[in-house]
Amino acid sequence: MVVHVAVQAAPFDVGVEAERLSALSPLTGGVGLFVGQVRGGQGLRAMTLEHYPGMTEATLHALAQEAQARFDLTGCTVIHRVGRLEVGAGIVFVGAGAAHRGAALTATSFLIDRLKTGAPFWKREEYDDGRTIWVDARETDEEAARAWMNNPTA
Amino acid sequence: MADRVTVLFFAALREQIGQESLSVTIPASGVTVAALRTQIEGANPTIAQALADQPKLRVAVNRTLSTFEQLVTPGDEVAFFPPMTGG
Repeated sequence: MVVHVAVQAAPFDVGVEAERLSALSPLTGGVGLFVGQVRGGQGLRAMTLEHYPGMTEATLHALAQEAQARFDLTGCTVIHRVGRLEVGAGIVFVGAGAAHRGAALTATSFLIDRLKTGAPFWKREEYDDGRTIWVDARETDEEAARAWMNNPTA
Repeated sequence: MADRVTVLFFAALREQIGQESLSVTIPASGVTVAALRTQIEGANPTIAQALADQPKLRVAVNRTLSTFEQLVTPGDEVAFFPPMTGG
């Protein structure tokens, strides 16, 4: 099992990251991927991602280890960008390799659901008219994370 | 050398308070996070207002999510922040 975690300002290459997961083990039968990006609309121009250096990396590593234990992965990758990102830019890459698709896809959902409200990142939106707004945590996101925590065998 | 803890603020809190960290003297035997909060609020009305504006205030002690009942001892790092919004 190979865990790859990065917190970086630079963009990630989805193809390179997918290929890395595919090549990790001959026992890998499938790779699940999720890519989150800055959603535009209603005058949104960009987002700035702030984080808590040190705690962020430790939290992502712990989540990746938990995913491995729950889903018997051959490997997983979490890359999260920080800094100012314009509409359409990638924010987060989550990937999980496993023997079968069920584990790969479920582990991918687990990682992104838990990361959204469990890792110390904060988004500040920036609009065309100059307004800036700190994004509020969505209740649906917190429910999704709680569901994984309340059901440790899923 | 006084017995100190480092207090950090992130995101909307950091912006509203206008600083990202401060050093606070506490008893050598430690205090709870709740008591530390009361102490820094009493010393700074801007911080008191910013913390009061966060109905879902979160806290981490030594980079681990924590409760307000957690004991803090000298040398610890205590971070206050709004709910996290990554991904």
